[in-house]
Amino acid sequence: MNIVNFTPYSALTGGIIIGFAVAIFFYFNGRLVGISGIASNALTEERNKLDNILFLIGLIIGPIIYTLFNQEQISISISNSYLLLIFAGLLVGIGTRVSGGCTSGHGISGIGRFSVRSIIATITFMIVGIITVYLKNIL
Amino acid sequence: MNRLISLISGIIFGIGLVISQMINPEKVLGFLDIFGNWDPSLAFVMIGALIISSPMFHLIKKREKPIFANEFNYSDNKNINKQLIYGSILFGAGWGLAGLCPGPAISSLALLNIYSILFVVSMFVGFYLVKLLNLNSIR
Repeated sequence: MNIVNFTPYSALTGGIIIGFAVAIFFYFNGRLVGISGIASNALTEERNKLDNILFLIGLIIGPIIYTLFNQEQISISISNSYLLLIFAGLLVGIGTRVSGGCTSGHGISGIGRFSVRSIIATITFMIVGIITVYLKNIL
Repeated sequence: MNRLISLISGIIFGIGLVISQMINPEKVLGFLDIFGNWDPSLAFVMIGALIISSPMFHLIKKREKPIFANEFNYSDNKNINKQLIYGSILFGAGWGLAGLCPGPAISSLALLNIYSILFVVSMFVGFYLVKLLNLNSIR
């Protein structure tokens, strides 16, 4: 194991900001953030539809606001084929709804309220993610 | 007002994803690459989010009700079942393949790149399939 590209300060700062977003949503609207749930319910449920859509629009506006106040562009790199991305998107869409949460719903909101169910889900998807990356690298 | 809060929470969450670099799939894949070139940063994102959201959750839920809603509304599902495990496995595999989970994927739509768009569209197809085929209640 080599440790590379480690950015603990920006990671911690960004995480704290995410934590505040979760707390604000809970304090004012009484709901816990889980993005796969919000996104999926925006598509399939009538209840809280507008709230869910507005949250998703906020997620997209966030990076745009960030670039207005920062000189540097946000750079991301994705080195996958189209087909692989489509397949991965399907897995993420189906998996998060079958298990009832994703990195935010289980990993932050669930663990934050000490839910055993969410702790088990988070450990499971992290281990499978690690194995997937390992297999991808050796194949 | 709760509509505005939904939008603002989404925006803050999105900014947190950018600052923490969780929006960058390369960063996520680096975190999952424990056996190769490991980038532990994303553990700090979770720590940062949890040190804020967890104590706030436990403080806020003692209140009678949220500010702009009649009651707190979050899942208190305690079932550790097959769906939780199978769903998390599927999600972990997709996450490890693409380096994208629902929040960052939706936020990265702001960058208007074809990869994010493809991933998000197929993720929504996945959400819809679960609803259509009732995959989350299969025994």
